[in-house]
Amino acid sequence: MSELIEVELLRGSLDHCVKCTICETACPVSNASPLFPGPKYAGPQSERYRVAGEPSVDASVDYCSGCGICSQVCPQGVKIAEINAQARNELKTEKGIPLRDRIITRPTWLGRAGTPVAPLANWTLRSKPLRILGEKLLGVHRDAPAPRFAGRRFSRWARGHASPAGRQRIVYFHGCGTEYYEPWEGERVVAVLEHNGFEVVVPKQDCCGLPLQSSGLFDEARSVVRRLAHALGSQLTDEHTLIVGNATSCTLMLKREAREILSLEADAELARVAGRTYDICELLLELHQRGELRTDFRPLPERVAYHAPCQQQGHWIGKPALELLALIPELDVHELNARCCGIAGTYGLKAEKYGIAMAVGRALFDQVGASGAPTVACDSETCRWQITHGTRLPSVHPIDYLYRAYGLGDT
Amino acid sequence: MRRRRYDVVVIGAGTAGLVAGTRLAEAGADVCVVAKGVGSTHLAPATIDLLGYAPDRVAAPMPAIAALAASRPDHPYALIGQTAIAEAAEWFVATAARGALPGYDYIGSLERNLLLPTAVGALKPSALVPETFAAGDSRQLGRLAVVGSAVLRDFHASLCAENLRGAGIDATAIALELELDRADTNTLGLARRFDDPEWRAAFSARLAPLIGSADHVALPATLGLNDPHAVLTDLEARLGRRVFEVATLPPSVPGMRLYEILRQALLAAGGRLVLGAGVVAHQRDGERVASVQTATAGSNTTYEARAFVLAAGGFHSGAITLDSHWRAHEQLLDLPLRGVPEGRQFVASYFDEQPLARAGVAVDAELRASGTANVFVAGASLPGSVSWREASGEGIALASGYRAAQVAAAELGAEVSA
Repeated sequence: MSELIEVELLRGSLDHCVKCTICETACPVSNASPLFPGPKYAGPQSERYRVAGEPSVDASVDYCSGCGICSQVCPQGVKIAEINAQARNELKTEKGIPLRDRIITRPTWLGRAGTPVAPLANWTLRSKPLRILGEKLLGVHRDAPAPRFAGRRFSRWARGHASPAGRQRIVYFHGCGTEYYEPWEGERVVAVLEHNGFEVVVPKQDCCGLPLQSSGLFDEARSVVRRLAHALGSQLTDEHTLIVGNATSCTLMLKREAREILSLEADAELARVAGRTYDICELLLELHQRGELRTDFRPLPERVAYHAPCQQQGHWIGKPALELLALIPELDVHELNARCCGIAGTYGLKAEKYGIAMAVGRALFDQVGASGAPTVACDSETCRWQITHGTRLPSVHPIDYLYRAYGLGDT
Repeated sequence: MRRRRYDVVVIGAGTAGLVAGTRLAEAGADVCVVAKGVGSTHLAPATIDLLGYAPDRVAAPMPAIAALAASRPDHPYALIGQTAIAEAAEWFVATAARGALPGYDYIGSLERNLLLPTAVGALKPSALVPETFAAGDSRQLGRLAVVGSAVLRDFHASLCAENLRGAGIDATAIALELELDRADTNTLGLARRFDDPEWRAAFSARLAPLIGSADHVALPATLGLNDPHAVLTDLEARLGRRVFEVATLPPSVPGMRLYEILRQALLAAGGRLVLGAGVVAHQRDGERVASVQTATAGSNTTYEARAFVLAAGGFHSGAITLDSHWRAHEQLLDLPLRGVPEGRQFVASYFDEQPLARAGVAVDAELRASGTANVFVAGASLPGSVSWREASGEGIALASGYRAAQVAAAELGAEVSA
């Protein structure tokens, strides 16, 4: 299929729109800010006025955060978020990409630069005067949540770690968040998988291209995601091997978004990788339903609030983390109802969008407070950083609870 | 690849699917509700209209349902039976009363329809209605003020009031000036304002001097999403009048509340809900549907189950289609249909009953899809009714969802709690 045909097929889905407004009821951004008129208005309605080669009709589409909830709730199958992503790309191509967007969408560059000088980099990210300077020069909001460089890379740990031979090979896709900021999450994922008899391999890998894609840098995103698909795909040496990730945004990019939004449906390697990619909780729930998940959990007598991030919801798999957490004795799990924390990857970092992101997240932050939980479990790292920013409470991947309940942290 | 296993998979997350899923979970079954998207709740007024017209306006729904069932044995109500209809209504009222929105009860009875003003000023018969609608029963209205605003383009108070006057109700329209900083204001935007006590206070202060001698105040159905009971109580106290909501065009704010009540009831009972998961294929094992496949990111997910409830809707949702060769088709499980007329038959008048209107998935007396042993059908997928003319859609959704769960649970051997 040519790229042109793919774009037209995606656009064609707008003819299924019956203007029912269900997407408008679910949109986190339009419900918090008048700057985004809503997915129906910016998507299927405006799309009819967008003509190739002519100026973009509506700049408000840049305020769509790309969370994808509209496409999930649409009962008619309209590719609303995807249409909006392509319209945003057109808009950015027309208006030019700000330097900021070329920098913050490159987690690999940032990670490699920051890791060796982590104390300095962390100080810089937390220095008010420098952050104000960053806002003035680059447009990265001074208060936006910044992760903390771990000062070590997950892949270095992985190179020194020998996974015992197991019943099935897992190719672990750890993503940039685990690599540079939360390497311990990766170590826990590996430990939980090995505890359940999997052999884990960690190939050399790079960014999935999602930040580039969501800022409208499509060409760069294509080359980045293809490189990743090759790095992971070349490890699929037998028909049973699966790719497993713990960053639900990045796994969604591999599974679907790159293929649909970047018009890469014809890429056979990416299609193969997409079909074999699992979210860690998705895999473990499936294992549990087959009666193969180890359930030697010790009680965790504590309370946790769980937030399913938008891009996790975009997998269209429900909330497997909730079903896994329910297996742990004495763990008191509070499901949070609010849709979105607001950050949407890099959206909430941008100076002109930070206020919207915080307004979007307000309902979630309030629910966290009301839950009385000391910790929030959430599947996506940028969402965890935003939740911590908005609530001052620690936020961890749900896999941490399995890791602790298995007693894997003891040794 | 990607495989899940449950006792029952319910397809569709409208009223019928959510009721069926909740009832099955309450009966102890391991249930997963899968749906392509959010269902009909957000598009309907969220009143439970059991039977409004048969064909004349119905005053007492239950006796009229008995007469309808006797004269039309193919009607969903005839299959569901009066016992299940009454039980379903009782269960629903109790579920809403202890549900996600404290104090936001459903009230009414199966013996007497309320007559509620619509947005165009007609009077619609409804059996069970949210408490925010109840004061609108036209038989108890004295002088009515219908409040609208130019910023809300989906509700025209003067049209509503004028037609109500034609129906003998002493109604006047009030156009309230509101400043909302949105280009595209709809009912949802207004509902979020009403959730804010300060905004509500300012609204009431502006409205109060305009009400005059009216004893009832009608507002578009926008009285908040989070705590409509508190909004209603607050407005009635501030205005010193009975206040009620009038259903509007979508998005339906009371429909969103109904969805939240049913969704949380499902989850509280231990059921799961997977949205975005449209059914794209299925596998059969003789007369049994063994599994369905849903669209999942990456590749499809196979859901195995011992029983399935199909509650995906009819022509409106796209679950049933008609092609240009006049071939009607149930899209999800390839089930045989009933009530599709031979040849191309349409009637010219828009408001007449179309020959196709009663088409739906063929079922037996236990709502089991023809040619299957383990698929039960609920809601708008069922044949035999013309719900928009009968004002019976939500009633059929509720009662058939309840009944389908009952027979599916019996099929599984699980015990349905009373």
